[in-house]
Amino acid sequence: MKLVTAIIKPFKLDDVKSALKESGVVGVTVTEVRGFGRQGGHTETYRGTEYQVDFLPKVKVEVIVDDADVSGVVDTIVSSAGTDKIGDGKVWVTTIDELVRIRTGERGAEAI
Amino acid sequence: MDSGNVAWVLVSTALVLFMTPGLAFFYGGMVRSRNVLNMLMMNFWCVLIVPIVWAVVGFSLAFSGKGGFIGDLSWSTLKGTLFQIDEASGLPIMLIAIFLATFAAITPALISGAVADRMKFSAWAIFVPLWSLLVYCPVAFWIYGGLFNGEVTGWLGKRGSLDFAGGTVIHVNAGIAALAAVLVLGKRKGWPKEGHPPHSMPLVMIGTGILWFGWFGFNAGSALGANAVAVQSFTNTFLAAAAAGLAWCLVERIKDGHVTTLGAASGVVAGLVAITPGAGFVAGMSSIWIGIAAGVICAFAVSVKFKFGFDDSLDVVGVHFVGGLVGSLLIGLFADPVALKGTFSAGLLKGGGLSLLGEQALANGVTIVFSFAVTFALLKVLDATIGIRVPEEDEFSGLDVSQHAETSYNFGEVTMGRG
Repeated sequence: MKLVTAIIKPFKLDDVKSALKESGVVGVTVTEVRGFGRQGGHTETYRGTEYQVDFLPKVKVEVIVDDADVSGVVDTIVSSAGTDKIGDGKVWVTTIDELVRIRTGERGAEAI
Repeated sequence: MDSGNVAWVLVSTALVLFMTPGLAFFYGGMVRSRNVLNMLMMNFWCVLIVPIVWAVVGFSLAFSGKGGFIGDLSWSTLKGTLFQIDEASGLPIMLIAIFLATFAAITPALISGAVADRMKFSAWAIFVPLWSLLVYCPVAFWIYGGLFNGEVTGWLGKRGSLDFAGGTVIHVNAGIAALAAVLVLGKRKGWPKEGHPPHSMPLVMIGTGILWFGWFGFNAGSALGANAVAVQSFTNTFLAAAAAGLAWCLVERIKDGHVTTLGAASGVVAGLVAITPGAGFVAGMSSIWIGIAAGVICAFAVSVKFKFGFDDSLDVVGVHFVGGLVGSLLIGLFADPVALKGTFSAGLLKGGGLSLLGEQALANGVTIVFSFAVTFALLKVLDATIGIRVPEEDEFSGLDVSQHAETSYNFGEVTMGRG
C-alpha cells in the first residue's frame, strides 16, 4: 500500500477529483495548505504599504492506493493538475506500514 | 417647539449613535483576527460610559453658563433641561444634550484606532471618561460655550472661528490625542518590519457604509432643525465623501497601480471628516473641492508614520487629524454666508479677507497643543499607576483572549467544552 500525496493549485482541485473518481479511486483526503516554491509569492497593498505574501495557498491531496495502482493514480493527478506553468505543485509516494478501516477493523489492502 | 425640527434632531441622534458601531467595524476589519473583539469593545465602551458621564456633568461643563473657558454645573444631571428651550433653534436643551452625547461618545472612540493591538482594556476603560472630561469638554466649550444660552461666549468661538459639526473639537482633537497616545504607548512588536494587514476588508466596507449613513445625522443634524442649512449640510456631506473617495482611488491608481477597497473606504471617511467643520458654512461645489483636497492629502498623509516612526495602527492621525485640519482651514477659503443667508464671516474666496483663515488656524493650533499635552500627561499618569500596555505574550496571542476571554471566529469543529 502506498500514500500518494500531491500539492496542487487550488483551482485544479475539481479536475483532479473528477479524474481520480473516473479512474476508480474511492477515497481522497484534501487539506488547504500554504507554502512557497519556485513560483514565489505576490504583493498586496493596503493604504500604500506593500505586503509580501510568500506563502501561497495550495491544496494537499492524499490518496491511499494498492501498490499495483500507484503509477496510474500518479499519472492521473499529474495530467489533471497540470497547467504547464510554474507553481503546479508536486506529487510524491510513500509506503504505508499499516492500514485499518475503523468501522470494520479490516486491515491491509482490504481497508483501502 | 417645532415638531418637525424636534423629529429631525431625534432621528439624527440615533443616526450619530449608529456611527460608533460603524467605526468599530471600520477599525475592526483593519486589525488582525485575534484583536477584533478588543477593537469592537473599545468602541462600544465609549457608548456605554461617555453618555452617562455626559448626562451627569459633561454636557454642563461643555455648554452651560456664559464663561469663556469652561461651563458651570447649571445643566448637570440634565436638570430642568426638558422644558428649557434654546431660543435660536427652538429645541429643548435636553434634546440638544442627548444629541451631543453621541458626538461626545464617538470622539474618544476615534482614538482607539491608533492604540489598536496593544493597549490594556482596563486602562482604556479609565482613559475614556477622564479624557472626555479633561480634554473634550473644555475644547468644546472654547468653541461652542454659551451657544445655547443665547450667544457663544467660549473664547475661540467668540473670536469668530467656525466649526459646524466638530472638525476641530472632534477630529483634530481626537487625531492629535491619538498621536500623543501612541507616543506614550510605543510601537507594536515587530512594527514596521512585520506586516499587520487587515483581516476583513468586507467588515471595513460595512463600517464605512454605516459611518457614511450616520454622518448625515452628524452634519445635517447639527443644523439643529429641518431647514435649509440642514439640506445644504446633507448635500455637502454626500458630495465631499464621494469626491474624497474618488480622489484617494485615483492617487492610489497612479502611485501604487491598483484601486483598492481600503483606499475607497479611507477616502470616503477622509472626505466626511473634512466636510464636518464646514458642512453648514460652505455651498455650491465647494464641498467637492474640500473632498478632493482631503482625499489627496490624506492618501499621502497615511505614510508619514513610517517616516517619523510612530505606530498609529489604523491611521487616526493621517485620516482624522489631517482630514479635520484640512477641512477646518478650508472654511477660511470657502465659507459662504451669502449663499447660506448666515451671519458668519466669509472665506477668502467668497469675498472675505484672511481673518477667518487666521481664526481657524488659531483654534486648531490651540486645540492641538492643549489636547496633545493633556492626553500625553493623562496616559503617563495611567501608565505609572495601572499600566497601559498589555504584556508582550498577550500582544502576541491576541487581545481578544487576553482582555476579554473570547474568540472572534470559532470556525472548525475542534472548539471547546464547558469547563
